[in-house]
Amino acid sequence: MIPLLFGHSTLVTAIGRGKSEHIRALREQRSGLQPCHFQGSNLPTYMGMVEGLEDVSFPSSLSRFHCRNNQLALLGLQQDGFESYIAKARRQYGSHRIGVLIGTSTAGILETELAYQQKDAVTGKLPASFVPRGRYTQDTFSVAHFVREYLQLTGPAAVISTACSSSAKVFATASRYIEAGLCEAVVVGGVDSLCLTTLHGFSALQLTAPGPCRPCDVNREGLTIGEAAAFIFLENASTNENQPETRLLGYGESSDAYHMSHPHPTGQGATLAMQASLASSALSISDIDYIHMHGTATVANDQTEDRAIASMFRAETPCSSTKGWTGHTLGAAGAVAVALGDLCLQYGFLPGCLNTNTIDPSFSSQVLLENQERPIRSIMNNFFGFGGNNCTLILGRR
Amino acid sequence: MKIFVHGVGVLGPGIENWESCRRLFKEQCSYDDSVTPDPMPSILPANERRRSSDVVRWSLHVAHEAVQQSQFDPKKMASVFASSGGETGILHKICQSLDSDPPMVSPTLFHQSVHNAAAGYWSIASGSQRPSTSLACYDSSFAAGLLEAATLLSANQEEAVLFVAYDTPAPFPLHETRPIIAPFAMAFVLSKQAAPNSVSMLDITLLPDRMDHASTAMSQSSFEELRSGNPAARSFPLLRTIATNLACCVYFDFLDNLQLRIDHKPCQPFLD
Repeated sequence: MIPLLFGHSTLVTAIGRGKSEHIRALREQRSGLQPCHFQGSNLPTYMGMVEGLEDVSFPSSLSRFHCRNNQLALLGLQQDGFESYIAKARRQYGSHRIGVLIGTSTAGILETELAYQQKDAVTGKLPASFVPRGRYTQDTFSVAHFVREYLQLTGPAAVISTACSSSAKVFATASRYIEAGLCEAVVVGGVDSLCLTTLHGFSALQLTAPGPCRPCDVNREGLTIGEAAAFIFLENASTNENQPETRLLGYGESSDAYHMSHPHPTGQGATLAMQASLASSALSISDIDYIHMHGTATVANDQTEDRAIASMFRAETPCSSTKGWTGHTLGAAGAVAVALGDLCLQYGFLPGCLNTNTIDPSFSSQVLLENQERPIRSIMNNFFGFGGNNCTLILGRR
Repeated sequence: MKIFVHGVGVLGPGIENWESCRRLFKEQCSYDDSVTPDPMPSILPANERRRSSDVVRWSLHVAHEAVQQSQFDPKKMASVFASSGGETGILHKICQSLDSDPPMVSPTLFHQSVHNAAAGYWSIASGSQRPSTSLACYDSSFAAGLLEAATLLSANQEEAVLFVAYDTPAPFPLHETRPIIAPFAMAFVLSKQAAPNSVSMLDITLLPDRMDHASTAMSQSSFEELRSGNPAARSFPLLRTIATNLACCVYFDFLDNLQLRIDHKPCQPFLD
């Protein structure tokens, strides 16, 4: 693929707002996870909540989009000067030459959950005030619709929703959009917000940990659900050759074709995605300096991912998961990990697995426990979703 | 972007399959939408079929029809699944059970609720480990999905792509927020290279505005009602063009300001 330049990036997660708060929290090993009290829920688990989201207010012309998921998107767009960078890019490229591709799994489903609690006792109808807002809140496309309107972009747009690989897949689609000449640049991102469906759903599958998640730990007990928004502006790198910024160098996608909610036991689907990402970047195994794991801290995910990584890289390439900081942000996990990976490349930083004490002795890849400060040039990022949907992205910096 | 159609699947009110759809358009017989056929996705194992959602049954039924017609190996095919609402029936059940005391969600319903549930079941049933994208773009979901399938082929990444578009009405009371008037699903098997049994060639162009042409509509009112009442049935003008085997051009609105122009060329002199 043609490398794509990260013109700009930003993120909001449970550990902070904007890039500088994130690199600080990574270095200080400060987790954003806390006991779950979302919407009065007393589920015996932790969560990665973005504080103060309720106070984010919309410009009056876009008030129809008001919901937790779009508040999170808006808060993200307001960090690190992202929206003013896009205003400049709009003048450079023309608004119709910039696409918008956002990954989400939740959209604004929380609004619908709350509307069901307020159904009319006699007619069973949803509140009349909610009905016309469904399109702008719960609808799967609503977050890309909002981002496109807020940033005043008029190029092609879509939401990709493949569970926990959603906002990794947007990078692959953006690359194809640009190569096909549909646009010259794309705002890609991931936005997923806390809601009762995911908290109760993962809990029912017995996949949520009672404490903060511990990726790759021998005693790991499951994942911690988090919420986040992350955005990256992707431009054709060949027209910006001298820029030092991070580049998307390759992507690989695959399907497990095995089970809706369990990964393929030998990690076959994961391996296919990793191999495809190397082929698309024309890099070899020895070119990869660090593997940013999907690392959700469920027993099955981490074991499968270790097998897949070890089968290709043996124990030679350091790997770790950052879910101990942010929790598993589901549909936003792709864009969040890429934005964090961008910081790792920029600052020369390798995160250890936060909250992890003893690495599972059955693992044979080189899992990092401690943070390391040293320059790296390339990162492989893994993402696996329900439905057996896998995506691997390779980032690099000169 | 030039791509070839090798197989078509269709299911909707009064439309049992591609053959019946083709006859409707070709012979201009009157359209009786009073009977909605039951989807029968025989590619799914019987136990999965019983448990599966409407959306999974509708989308896999048309996917299987298109693949069988194409004679392509489904294992070698990437897939694109486009739907505006996705699993609205499952979301309704989850919202109902979250409103009970204590609130709870069944683990099966939860994994069935993801937008890519249909794609996941397809990959398991077909054995395809190729890439799969599930997307949503409100009323433009068909156009956005076709564009995704075409760019997958144009990037020389995939030899063949299964493209499926589908939406089903949500149950009451969720239905009010997004009234889909009837279930509808369609599928294409697409590739970049022509094959002996290719049906059509499509040349897809993204237009930066819709100044010159209105989106292609259907002249018969019952078709037009379904076209505008279900995002997957936005495909009708293209299906009609393929069915009537005419070289011509159709326009699809894409988002609030863009359009797709599709130049259609038949690959077979006769389609009978």
